[in-house]
Amino acid sequence: MEKKIITLRVNKQDYELYINPKTLLVEAIRDYIGLTGTKRGCETVSCGACSVLVGDLAVKACSVLAMQCDGMEITTSEGLEDNGKLAPIQKAFLDEGAYQCGFCTSGMLMTTSGLLKENANPTKQEVKEAIEGNICRCTGYNSIVRAVERVAKGMYKEESL
Amino acid sequence: MIHDFTYLKPGTVKEAVAMLSDHVDECKIICGGQSLLIVMRQGLIATDYLIDIKGLKELDYIKYDDKEGLKIGATTTHKSIEKSALLKEKYPVLPIMEERLASLQTRNWGTIGGNLAHADAAGDPAPVLIALDAKIKVGSKAGERVFELGEFYTDLFETAMNHEEMVLEVQVPPMAPKTACAYKKFNLLQNDMGVVGVAVKITVDASGTCTDARVILGNAGVTPVRAKSAEQILVGKKLDEAVLVKAGEAAADDADPVSDIHASEEFRRHLIKVLTKRMARQAWEQAVKLG
Repeated sequence: MEKKIITLRVNKQDYELYINPKTLLVEAIRDYIGLTGTKRGCETVSCGACSVLVGDLAVKACSVLAMQCDGMEITTSEGLEDNGKLAPIQKAFLDEGAYQCGFCTSGMLMTTSGLLKENANPTKQEVKEAIEGNICRCTGYNSIVRAVERVAKGMYKEESL
Repeated sequence: MIHDFTYLKPGTVKEAVAMLSDHVDECKIICGGQSLLIVMRQGLIATDYLIDIKGLKELDYIKYDDKEGLKIGATTTHKSIEKSALLKEKYPVLPIMEERLASLQTRNWGTIGGNLAHADAAGDPAPVLIALDAKIKVGSKAGERVFELGEFYTDLFETAMNHEEMVLEVQVPPMAPKTACAYKKFNLLQNDMGVVGVAVKITVDASGTCTDARVILGNAGVTPVRAKSAEQILVGKKLDEAVLVKAGEAAADDADPVSDIHASEEFRRHLIKVLTKRMARQAWEQAVKLG
């Protein structure tokens, strides 16, 4: 095994990492870079708690090698806000109370951010389908779906980033 | 814990197959890794070299022409297939199948070549592609070979490729006139692996009589199962309720499903019977409507 040097651009900042190539993206983000908003959940591609954006695409960071993201733009939940100003999706989660224990929240935020980047006006069904890969054991999902619908309806437009 | 490996990243297919031939029995290929990383973490696969082909842009394409049909490169993501306007027009069953393949995140990163090479009996693309008479092109340093996808799977997680070969491309012939294909899997959560899945392709003549049929069962044996006796029942007939019921029963007999935590063998046969009937009817109704 030969360690490798990679550069991950996380939340618009470059991090040069010297890693064992078996390092998963979630491990690189949490253990090497120290951003712990991204959660380790099932680690079997089931729960979605580790979802981040690679480019504009939501992926589960437990099932992607950090090596495969060398040079790529990654966004975690910490990267959604801008100078302390919450992104619309974060405001909507607050306003709808779209979390209880909070463990799924960062994954939910990233998956729904990815959905909204691709489809700014998703239907309720499309929102539900998009979060199928994210498990929440508290909310029953309704408040999460409502939060995404609020953003889709443009309710935070005047304050959008 | 994932076994330590040396990471190799080829820039071209030529480099990839050279690396494969250098490390034949001690390497694995990773593309999206949505299945492979799980089994590596479970310790079921411990490899000394990992060849990462995710970045091979030369295999990332969806091409179609009326003569040769469809060609999809191995590193094309499920997402690209799901969203392809070309496929929605020419092979609508493929995007429909992809919509329910795992989660959005997995479709964003996972690839068609990886899925087919992984050879999971519960995989969604293989039954549908076999119903469409697809071929699969594999390559090694020695050259390329093309298999009928229906003959590619030899056992659970086993394919007819040798250890120096990698999947390059899926090829699907043009759809014959008045032909439609339908696929459905049964599961508890919409995007889980299918407890079973059934793909049926039906061709009809001007009178609405079925002239050709494919019935392919997923997760109904160690490999995708072609239900030939069900096909024989469908061909030459108009697909009324009695014919459809008989075809469903024949497909259930052709299957060789396991009993596991998800379903008993008996329940799987029942599901195959019902889904075969429904998918044959759906494909037949669509085919009759086509010009």
